[in-house]
Amino acid sequence: MTLELAADQGTRITPQDVAHSPLAIRGLTVSYGQKPAVFSVDMTVQPGAMTAIIGPNGAGKSTLLKAALGIVKPLSGQVTVYGKPLDDSRARIAYVPQRASVDWDFPTRVIDVVLMGLYRELGLLGRVRARHIAKAMDCLNRVGMHDFADRQIGQLSGGQQQRVFLARALAQDADLYLLDEPFAGVDAATEKAIIAVLKSLKQAGKTVVVVHHDLATVTDYFDHVFLINTRKVAEGPVDEAFTAETLQATYGGRLATAQIDQISRALG
Amino acid sequence: MLWEALTLQLGYNATLVAIGATLLGLSAGVTGTFLFLRKRALVSDAISHATLPGVCIAFMVMVALGGEGRNLIGLLIGSALSAWVGLLCMNWLTRRTRLAEDAAIGAILSVFFGFGVVLLTVIQTMGVGRQAGLEGFLLGSTAGMLWADAMVIAFGGAATLALVMLIRRPMMLVAFDPEYAAARGLPVARIDLAMMGLVMAVTVVGLKIVGLILIVALLIIPPVTARFWTERSDRVVLIGGLAGGLAGYLGAALSASAPNLPTGPIIVLVSFAFFAVSLLLAPVRGVLAAVLRHARFQRRVHMRQGLLALAQGQTIYEPLTLRLLRRAGLVRADGVPTDKGKARAAKALRDEKRWELVRADQAHEATAALYDGLRDIETVLTRDQIEEIDRRIGGPQGVTA
Amino acid sequence: MSGEEFVSLSLTPLLIGIFAAVACALPGNFLVLRKQALIGDAISHVVLPGIVVAFLLTGMIATWPMMLGAAGAAILAVILIESVRRLGRIEPGAAMGVVFTTMFAGGVLLLEQTDTSTVHLDVEHALYGNLESLIWLDATGWASLLDPQALAGLPAELPRMALTMCVVILFTWALWRPLKISTFDEGYARTIGIRTNLLGLMLVMMAAIAAVAAFDAVGSIIVIAMFICPPAAARMMTNRLERQVAWSVAFAVASAVSGYVLAGYGPLWLGAQDAVSAAGMIATMSGIILALAALFGPCRTRTGAPGQA
Repeated sequence: MTLELAADQGTRITPQDVAHSPLAIRGLTVSYGQKPAVFSVDMTVQPGAMTAIIGPNGAGKSTLLKAALGIVKPLSGQVTVYGKPLDDSRARIAYVPQRASVDWDFPTRVIDVVLMGLYRELGLLGRVRARHIAKAMDCLNRVGMHDFADRQIGQLSGGQQQRVFLARALAQDADLYLLDEPFAGVDAATEKAIIAVLKSLKQAGKTVVVVHHDLATVTDYFDHVFLINTRKVAEGPVDEAFTAETLQATYGGRLATAQIDQISRALG
Repeated sequence: MLWEALTLQLGYNATLVAIGATLLGLSAGVTGTFLFLRKRALVSDAISHATLPGVCIAFMVMVALGGEGRNLIGLLIGSALSAWVGLLCMNWLTRRTRLAEDAAIGAILSVFFGFGVVLLTVIQTMGVGRQAGLEGFLLGSTAGMLWADAMVIAFGGAATLALVMLIRRPMMLVAFDPEYAAARGLPVARIDLAMMGLVMAVTVVGLKIVGLILIVALLIIPPVTARFWTERSDRVVLIGGLAGGLAGYLGAALSASAPNLPTGPIIVLVSFAFFAVSLLLAPVRGVLAAVLRHARFQRRVHMRQGLLALAQGQTIYEPLTLRLLRRAGLVRADGVPTDKGKARAAKALRDEKRWELVRADQAHEATAALYDGLRDIETVLTRDQIEEIDRRIGGPQGVTA
Repeated sequence: MSGEEFVSLSLTPLLIGIFAAVACALPGNFLVLRKQALIGDAISHVVLPGIVVAFLLTGMIATWPMMLGAAGAAILAVILIESVRRLGRIEPGAAMGVVFTTMFAGGVLLLEQTDTSTVHLDVEHALYGNLESLIWLDATGWASLLDPQALAGLPAELPRMALTMCVVILFTWALWRPLKISTFDEGYARTIGIRTNLLGLMLVMMAAIAAVAAFDAVGSIIVIAMFICPPAAARMMTNRLERQVAWSVAFAVASAVSGYVLAGYGPLWLGAQDAVSAAGMIATMSGIILALAALFGPCRTRTGAPGQA
């Protein structure tokens, strides 16, 4: 007898998958204190896809991302990026943290923040040259923030701060972009600008993973989903894995039936 | 000698010091607890260093008025005034400018202390009783303590303690959740200031015995010690007070029992000994307990993950998982599961499947919140409920054991 | 005052004061921005037990053993604070308070237990230093600056403090970029491969080196004041880190010069005869500069970061 767990459906991970996946996670458990925030999670991100990590509040979405990036230390599990250990592929990852994770009172300008994205290129003592500035300005341009280059970061609105963070990630010229709740608390214009940039990244063959909380926009924005509530619930293309059943399994009682109906109607 | 000291038989002065130190430790422990719970422990460092200019100015004023200059009450009033000024400056810096509290604390303590040192050198050159013994306030000096001094300390300590008890409820509310307290209409800023005022009172009272640098220790260490032993705030206050009082008493007695054992540092070190023991051995929050708990927890996580992997025929990569399974006799040396291992793995998988249904089911919402990947489902559901779930899963029954 | 008097009596203490102030203010900028300003406070308190232990071990008052002892104590304190904070799950301020007061108490106790009557080692010295006594007896005027023989008689504190300042400047220059990134956004810094824990430790070590070298010449008060006041005042002058650091250096130099001059000549102007503590006066001046910046600095208030828009 073999019971099939939702968490493991369609994820017989082969070594080949791991080698080709931009981000492969196996048996990841992370715990703050005595309750795992993420328990025994496997994840295989598809190259060139736009994946949303979805789940209720406190389901371990951001924790999963932070553990994948080595920001929090897992209790068990392995992470590989393009088939290599994390530390060997840092240059291929760009991370956009939650806006609230930094002190915006820090004495620096918008352009300086974007230049931080060129750290690996500049090294410790490399001089910032005109082409670096031009590149940073170009990244600001792509998020519609080029007029703000000389602004003190504390003077920006929440949406503008988020766009600056995205511009910094763009400056890294990475292959895999990981974003933590980029749409949380931003204005509609910013949300539009960000999603346009992400879609252009996808078109350029990059891989994008986004921690996302707005179920209504999932089908519009993403082609793959990863549903998590401490354990993985489902993973796959939106039309297969983002269903009323998987949502019910992810959110349990926390999602009103009406909401699920609405979403499943939207899904057709 | 130590026994005599502990039973207060080492003479008049030693007894005075011991009583004073006990009262001081008690009130410092209680007052410091509120400060600690408010996460502003080091504000006491700024307050205590800010007393120095006041001591010096009070001395100069008393000399200028033709007095002797060493009147303890006069010096304490001076120290209180300058500590209060320092406190207001610190509050102003954090509220009106962009400086964070830690920078404001550091700025106030160094500048006031520096200014105090300038005044000390002025006094040295005034030619009145040379050093005037004001250096004693840096580290405390209990030699030659007078009855009147002891009374000041005793009354000051007792009065502070009484005030703390009087306003402990609002202070606790503010310490626990300032925003909620503000929403309930409490004057948070005023209560904070009152809290600081009490800290200042303790500091001033403690100047004579432990000095301005070490009084910080009495305000911080006992509350931190107490926090290891309980999760209830009222008990933290109580234990903090007891730890402080006991440290004061033992410290004073120890220092009286042999020469060259200065009272202030000994009290601090006794207090630290209580802290160290608590840090290591406290039953729940102690390091030993935490290490054991974490190791046990990690083993449970690996065991569970290993069983689930076995049940689904996945390869196990984690060395720790393999080792644990092998040691429990669940897999053979070559990684193939034993019969026992297969049974346990099947049970783990079935439990996980049961949890999956429970968590997707609104009817089990409260239960679902308990899921942590480790909990046995039998501990949260009745037999009947499990059977009902098993019917929904289908397949062979009877793997409940 | 003649050049002769100035060079032999005031030049060296003034320079030592300036070097010490700058060496402390540079790492202070990052400590203040990282909300670790009080690390400087903790380090300067544990210098005392460090030098007492060094004295007990070597039996003499020599510079290098004492410096090593103080540096060892600073490292121990940082490790203890981190352990208490993590193991006991205690907020950093309280963890610091537990560790540095205990170590200071231990230092005072050891000092009382030891016979130090024959040597100049006491709490007051560790607190105030003896800036005024660091004079250059061999100097006869400005010309002495070119005279190798006279230069040999410079107080040893001067080259030592100059070297320390250079090391601190070099450190800040070489690690500027990762320091800035990790101070602003530690999580992000980790994802681009900056070893933030190591970097944080190196920053604290650099602060400890500056503190230890400075305390010997100028005492702990200046150390704490210079770690915090010039950077804090500088933060209110500008919104750019590069300029903030430049301002902080300027403020540190200004505090050192004005404090030293006021301590030496201020009382004379007021009709008194004796100078007051230069260390105390430098700290006081840094406080006055901070107060002025807090009252009139162009960037004194938060720019109103709209947290959750």
